Amino acid sequence: MNIGVLARKFFEKNGVGMALFMIFGVSFWILFLIVLPQLTMVDFSFRFKLPPDAIGGAQDVYTTTNYEYFVKGSPGNSDGWNRVDVTVFWRTLIAALFVTVFNFVICYPIAFYMAKVATGSWARLLALSLVVPYWINEILRAFAFRIIFGDSGLINTVLKTIGIIDSSIDFIRADIALYAGLGYAYVLLMIFPLYSAIEALDKNQIEAARDMGSPWWRIHWRIVMPFAKAGITSGCTMVFMLSAGALAAPQILGGPSSLWFTQLIYQGFFEYFNWNRGAAYAIILLVSCMIIVLGIMKLFRVKMGEIGR
Amino acid sequence: MKSGVGVELDNLSIRFGDFTAVRNASVKIEEGEFFSFLGPSGCGKTTILRTVSGFQEPSEGVVRIGGKDVAGMGPNKRPTALIFQNLALFPLMKVWENIAFSLEVKGVPKAERRKRADELLELIAMPDQGDKLVDELSGGQRQRVAVARALAAEPQVLLLDEPLSALDLKLRQHMRTELRTIQQRVGLTFIYITHDQGEALTMSDHVAVMREGVIEQVGNGKEIYDDPATAFVASFVGENNAFAGKVTSVNNGSAVVSTAVGELPSRVATAARGELKPGDNAMVFIRPENLTIAESGAGGDNHIAATVANEEFEGQSYHVFLEGAGGCRIKMSQTNKGQSRASSVGEAVTLGYNPDQAVALPSGTLSDEE
Repeated sequence: MNIGVLARKFFEKNGVGMALFMIFGVSFWILFLIVLPQLTMVDFSFRFKLPPDAIGGAQDVYTTTNYEYFVKGSPGNSDGWNRVDVTVFWRTLIAALFVTVFNFVICYPIAFYMAKVATGSWARLLALSLVVPYWINEILRAFAFRIIFGDSGLINTVLKTIGIIDSSIDFIRADIALYAGLGYAYVLLMIFPLYSAIEALDKNQIEAARDMGSPWWRIHWRIVMPFAKAGITSGCTMVFMLSAGALAAPQILGGPSSLWFTQLIYQGFFEYFNWNRGAAYAIILLVSCMIIVLGIMKLFRVKMGEIGR
Repeated sequence: MKSGVGVELDNLSIRFGDFTAVRNASVKIEEGEFFSFLGPSGCGKTTILRTVSGFQEPSEGVVRIGGKDVAGMGPNKRPTALIFQNLALFPLMKVWENIAFSLEVKGVPKAERRKRADELLELIAMPDQGDKLVDELSGGQRQRVAVARALAAEPQVLLLDEPLSALDLKLRQHMRTELRTIQQRVGLTFIYITHDQGEALTMSDHVAVMREGVIEQVGNGKEIYDDPATAFVASFVGENNAFAGKVTSVNNGSAVVSTAVGELPSRVATAARGELKPGDNAMVFIRPENLTIAESGAGGDNHIAATVANEEFEGQSYHVFLEGAGGCRIKMSQTNKGQSRASSVGEAVTLGYNPDQAVALPSGTLSDEE
């Protein structure tokens, strides 16, 4: 079937107004809001930082300087490699993976409970109580965590009062507050894909497994999780991508000596006013995250199409 | 393979909030027998099955499996295996993995699991199909895999929740025979749930007929069909013409009931012996196949005057729909022995019957399934 026939069918099916809106709306969205800005960033990342009047001039040529800087650091660097930035980069990815796993461990039971155990008004109340906190903006939620985990915050006060600890634990420096804050920030993005995947599972499958003597963990391992694989991957992908790319939570909850890679990107753009290096760092993060996600999808044999479901 | 054990329900009641799903059910199922619970949807039969399998705890009463009270014992601990109405095969596992799942749970090594699954595939006449996915099987094959999967757990009681309802008629009839054969071969106790009386009668050693949570009668197929204990059983199992009226006389197991179509002599059902007295409201049930067209003009006892309203031909028999006195609708069936027709529409006929094949019972609720 050629394009012309397809297009005519599309117009006949949806009506002219709807079809035009879909075509223009979606193309505008994809082209102007996603593809072009990203391409501009890619372009930026391969150019020198130049004063405004030199842009477009003879010096404005393509270069890999910005990427080399990420690996090697500044020329006078005594280590011979960019210890700080590379360390921050790995730490960020590993921490984001950790946040993802932690989030999954917390959200899976909740999603399962909501999908298969809770009924009627109780289930609705539960869903509502998960959603409502997200009406509060991210910055406020992060500051709330700072207060909870602070030196004289709720947790330290309680622990000291009941005598478990003598002096305050520095949750901020230990990055515990950061991990908790990031985990909390994306709870919904984990729960809802899990919920909708588990919800579709026939309850009889669970009962059949139980009837055949299966303990609860094996039911989850062999029946529920394989069935919800696409939802699990979808939730984990989103949480991982967003944690690795988070900025507000690390700014507010991160310890004084620890940096998140996004903070380096931010510094590139707004502290050194080096958009080219900032763009290069952003692209390094984006590509690395995509490789990790695709690798995990391959490992668990999930296809891209399944995630869209 | 373990042998079957008996199952006993002792004064079982199951309530969900204000709703009583099962009321004072008592039944003794012998070891190795094929026992069916038969009733319309919502009569509580599935609840009983879930209670025996351990998914539901009784509100009152006791379930004994092999003589042992199983209260508080989870479904994974009971010697029962349940075959679900939708079979609940695991779609992401291969056929053999489905069958061997209970062995996997027990920690049996893979090679041995595979061997056992292959043996069971042999039993259900599906050798070499172990590596397929469930989706690649036909309805009847899935059915058999579900049976094999349940048998792999080596249960002593197999519970089946209307497993044939999704199949088409031919396959269903075939699977009935097959299930019965498997049951006789493995010697397990089968408890079968169905709303299809044909299924219940053809396969079962004993049938319990249920209505609104109450077991109305337990007996073998012949007893249930020929000697129903209640008006509901008479009308639910097979087809029956019901004539309501008042008892005029009772004599030694037979009674005469005065109905709109006349005085009908009949046999009093065993369950109602000694219960029916002159003046009581009663019903006489005469099956369509027990009615015949009598000599024209014959009157008096065991004859009913009616007019032919319609006639249907169903291959092996003719079904004649008639109207008796007072708008009473009557159905008569005649075996097709090559006659060109059974009656002519609009004709006034006299129906005759053998009073021994007419059953008198106290009035009661009839089945609303036509």
